[in-house]
Amino acid sequence: MRWLIDFLTSSIGKKLIMSLTGLFLCSFLVIHLIGNLQLFIPDGGEKFNVYAKFMTSNPLIKFISVGLYAGILLHAIQGILIWMENKKAKGSTYAVNTYDNGSWMSKNMGLLGTLILFFLCVHMGDFWFKTKFTDQIPMVTYDGVEMKDLYTQVYTSFSKLWIVIVYLIGLVALALHLLHGFESAFTTLGIRHKKYTPLIKLSGIAFSITIPLLYALIPLWVLVKNAANY
Amino acid sequence: MNLTLKIWRQKNNGSNGHFENYQVEAEEHMSFLEMLDVLNQQLIEKKQDPVAFEHDCREGICGACSMVINGRPHGSQTGTTACQLHMRAFKTGDTITIEPFRANAFPVIKDLAVDRSSFDAIMQAGGYISVNTGQAVDGNAIPVEKADADEAFDSATCIGCGACVAACPNGSAMLFTSAKINHLSKLPQGQVEHSRRVKNMVRVMDKEGFGKCSNVGACEVDCPKEISTDNIAALNRYYLGSVLFGQD
Amino acid sequence: MKLDAKIPEGELAEKWTKYRGSMNLVAPNNKRRLDVIVVGTGLAGASAAATLGELGYNVKCFTFHDSPRRAHSIAAQGGINAAKNYQNDGDSIYRLFYDTIKGGDYRSREANVHRLAECSTEIIDQAVAQGVPFAREYGGLLANRSFGGVQVSRTFYARGQTGQQLLLGAYSALSRQIAKGQVKMYNRHEMLDLVKIDGKARGIITRNLLTGKLDRHAAHCVVLATGGYGNVFYLSTNAMGSNVSAAWRSVKEGALFANPCYTQIHPTCIPVSGEYQSKLTLMSESLRNDGRVWVPKTIEDAQAIQRGEKRAEDLPEEDRDYYLERRYPAFGNLVPRDVASRAAKVASDEGKGVVKTGLGVYLDFADAIQRYGKSEAFSLGIANPSAEKIKELGEAIVKAKYGNLFQMYEKITGENPYKTAMKIYPAVHYTMGGLWVDYNLQTNVPGLFALGEANFSDHGANRLGASALMQGLADGYFVIPYTIGTFLADEIRTSKIANDTPEFLEAEQRVQNRLDQLMAIKGNQSVESFHRRLGKIMWEYCGMSRNAEGLKKGRQLIRELRKEFYEDVYIPGTTDEFNPELEKAARVADFLELGELFAVDALDRGESCGGHFREESTENGEAKRNDEDYTYVSAWEWDDNNPILHKEELTFENVELKTRSYK
Repeated sequence: MRWLIDFLTSSIGKKLIMSLTGLFLCSFLVIHLIGNLQLFIPDGGEKFNVYAKFMTSNPLIKFISVGLYAGILLHAIQGILIWMENKKAKGSTYAVNTYDNGSWMSKNMGLLGTLILFFLCVHMGDFWFKTKFTDQIPMVTYDGVEMKDLYTQVYTSFSKLWIVIVYLIGLVALALHLLHGFESAFTTLGIRHKKYTPLIKLSGIAFSITIPLLYALIPLWVLVKNAANY
Repeated sequence: MNLTLKIWRQKNNGSNGHFENYQVEAEEHMSFLEMLDVLNQQLIEKKQDPVAFEHDCREGICGACSMVINGRPHGSQTGTTACQLHMRAFKTGDTITIEPFRANAFPVIKDLAVDRSSFDAIMQAGGYISVNTGQAVDGNAIPVEKADADEAFDSATCIGCGACVAACPNGSAMLFTSAKINHLSKLPQGQVEHSRRVKNMVRVMDKEGFGKCSNVGACEVDCPKEISTDNIAALNRYYLGSVLFGQD
Repeated sequence: MKLDAKIPEGELAEKWTKYRGSMNLVAPNNKRRLDVIVVGTGLAGASAAATLGELGYNVKCFTFHDSPRRAHSIAAQGGINAAKNYQNDGDSIYRLFYDTIKGGDYRSREANVHRLAECSTEIIDQAVAQGVPFAREYGGLLANRSFGGVQVSRTFYARGQTGQQLLLGAYSALSRQIAKGQVKMYNRHEMLDLVKIDGKARGIITRNLLTGKLDRHAAHCVVLATGGYGNVFYLSTNAMGSNVSAAWRSVKEGALFANPCYTQIHPTCIPVSGEYQSKLTLMSESLRNDGRVWVPKTIEDAQAIQRGEKRAEDLPEEDRDYYLERRYPAFGNLVPRDVASRAAKVASDEGKGVVKTGLGVYLDFADAIQRYGKSEAFSLGIANPSAEKIKELGEAIVKAKYGNLFQMYEKITGENPYKTAMKIYPAVHYTMGGLWVDYNLQTNVPGLFALGEANFSDHGANRLGASALMQGLADGYFVIPYTIGTFLADEIRTSKIANDTPEFLEAEQRVQNRLDQLMAIKGNQSVESFHRRLGKIMWEYCGMSRNAEGLKKGRQLIRELRKEFYEDVYIPGTTDEFNPELEKAARVADFLELGELFAVDALDRGESCGGHFREESTENGEAKRNDEDYTYVSAWEWDDNNPILHKEELTFENVELKTRSYK
């Protein structure tokens, strides 16, 4: 197993972990988004709440979610470690800084990642923590099955302007993080060829803009709707 | 043209450095290093310590020159070493900031001169094909696909100046190492030792204290030989392959 | 002193083979006990150190650079010759031998040159095996091109960076031996003296350029591969650090310096742009395949161009003088380097130069662009192409052939050579002279060997294009590994050489005293300013065209400058730190002596041959060789007041001495 340890502690091995966890988290972004888009269904939140119940009780999903948390933690901790190691490897910085030799995002992935992590804390605290460990979420019953009314919780949360702003900052950070991270993950995997690299680039840009934008629509939609109700 | 130079002065590796300002009168047809010669001549005439900087061939191929000009290794002109940069790229009244290449693996020797022997260490870890003199078969006994030969050449044009490391916010030597590896791995002669070479060179690269590549791409932009980051992607691929399928 | 070249007996073509088969060898177990010092890591040094390491010798290798890879071999552009005859165009070892002898104007040794031609083919094989990415055809086989002075295509190349690729190959072989511990590499160590014990070279004194510390390194023999001395002219295509010191220190210890006056002045370099100029840049000889060299017919036009009032394209065809085509109709723009250089000087001296300083001629691609454009339009089936279309197509072809050179030209001059004619002028490029060596590449000091440009052996009075790389690698890979045995076979009973003998201590003290002496001068002028002035004297009196009176004057001026140097040079800093000015001072001090020897040698050689042109020895304006009086190698023993000449007579048994004619 020496080879495996050598590999995982090598610079390329560490980057590979970032790449694989990053892509895994990208796939989660898609799944999570598809679920959340059910908030737009005008059924008073039934579909969404049923979906939420399924996601929190299905054993397989529970199992996968452990992987997800591990992925997030691994990506974040490894990211912070690499960031620190790289800072040390660079030593001091230049008196003059320019950004025409590499994008701002690529040079600030650590900062963007930290912002995303901060956002995640707020987000998890608002939903996951309240759902799991408190009774703050109201209950609702569909077809005789009682479940937590997360739909209403979404509306409650997003009625607070500061929460919406935190979400928007988090999602902008995510978009920027993805704009570099998506293509970078493929490069780290060695997937680069003049024939299909343009496709990866293009998909990366599309993904990085579309996904956070769709996510951002939710708090914005709620905010607008709430405002209209007054 | 009248220029203000803001130059990093550092007596040796043990001491702290600082910027100092100098005035110099330059002509547009001078090379950047000739402009520094003028400055040094002035300093020597005043019996002051001239600015130490590395240089040798002054035609962009030896890779000795190593300075960061206004935040960019070798200056911001594409595909150009500091020695090939000419003063017509500047205008009178400009302030030019000149610093040494910065990276932990490149300790400063004095002023703008840094120690790049870590590159030699990477090469010694496997940047060769093990063939003793006299063991070779006829040159034409090994046909090489022209596109592969051209690609190998593109990677082999690396002059080992270290601008990639200097440009990289992580101080990573991936462009250098990957170009060296890809040069040999694109050729049939290089296949025999491929897996060992990849693993050993990456190991030594890490050991020498270089940072980890995060695909910023600054290396490619500032490389005076315009070596592509495709080499880095290739090395990532080779490394994974060597670890998973290599003999040891 | 009787100079014995030790040329083996037998037929020319069999000398080397027979000699190799009968020379003394050193057994592997003995090789382990023998130490070899190699100074220099260019093509010759790196290849020698690597190969000697492979054979099992304990090698210590030295370079003043921060890495072996920076040696100036890296800057060679064009290519490397080899008698492979891959093109089936009639090439052979004999033909390469003959071309090199003739190109050298019959001033080199037949046996050495033939051996060089024999080794040439193995070099290509070796380089390919190392992974040198030579240019290839679509079929995957090696491509060739042709070079000046020959009628076959035998030049192997890697775009315009052949020297770089070959050096990286040798450097990688060297790196492998360093990793194995077979070669101990000393970067940033400059050799400052040679140590002799009982008349044999047994070591060197080096200075660690980072700390200033002097070290004594002992070995059974010393191999110098320290390059040429073109920087005696200050402005040359050599790197800034290229110097003669290692060779010159050996001369001071009794080695002979051969043919110092043989200098190659390359015709196609970018002209000097001002007083501040620190070095000159070569534009590959291959440009003369398509470029046409010309100056204005009248001085008035030339002066208007010099003042910037007219440009090349303003002059109609009838006002231009394509002087190479006019003077040498048979070879035209492709005459050998020495001929082309002198013709450019003649034109400029007549006042017809085309740059501000008056020293420059045009190298014009307008015709080539037209010609290529028309033929490309034809092959694309474009009927009646417009002038713009022709130009566009033609420029594309020229770009494909010379793109990187044109780009380099534009970077340096700021002018676009596709739009306006290039300006070129000759510059010092290569020195054929060097330490005198015998067939074994051993100098007259036993145990001291010299390889590559540092020796004098193979190019006579003029070197053909793409031959320098060939010689450096032949010496390092295929000659010295054998011939070093002729000396070391008798040394197997010599135990390890101690580095604390009186000879070593004395040499170290000598070096220390010399550095202290330089530091103590504390005058007012920079080292650089002395070097520049030396260069000007050399160029003026010992340059492209020499005469007795000028050479005498030049010698006198150099002596005066040397005196002034030792009275008024100022070196900042101290000896025990990283001090580039001190390094430079020690080198310039040596150039100030070599320069004098150069003038002495040029004065002695009353004939014109190859790169050495004596105004007194001409016929119809062309160089005139004098075989009767000068068919010898001038090997000089240094003496401050009167250098002593030792002659090695050259005998030609296989080629007939002819006058070179390119008319």
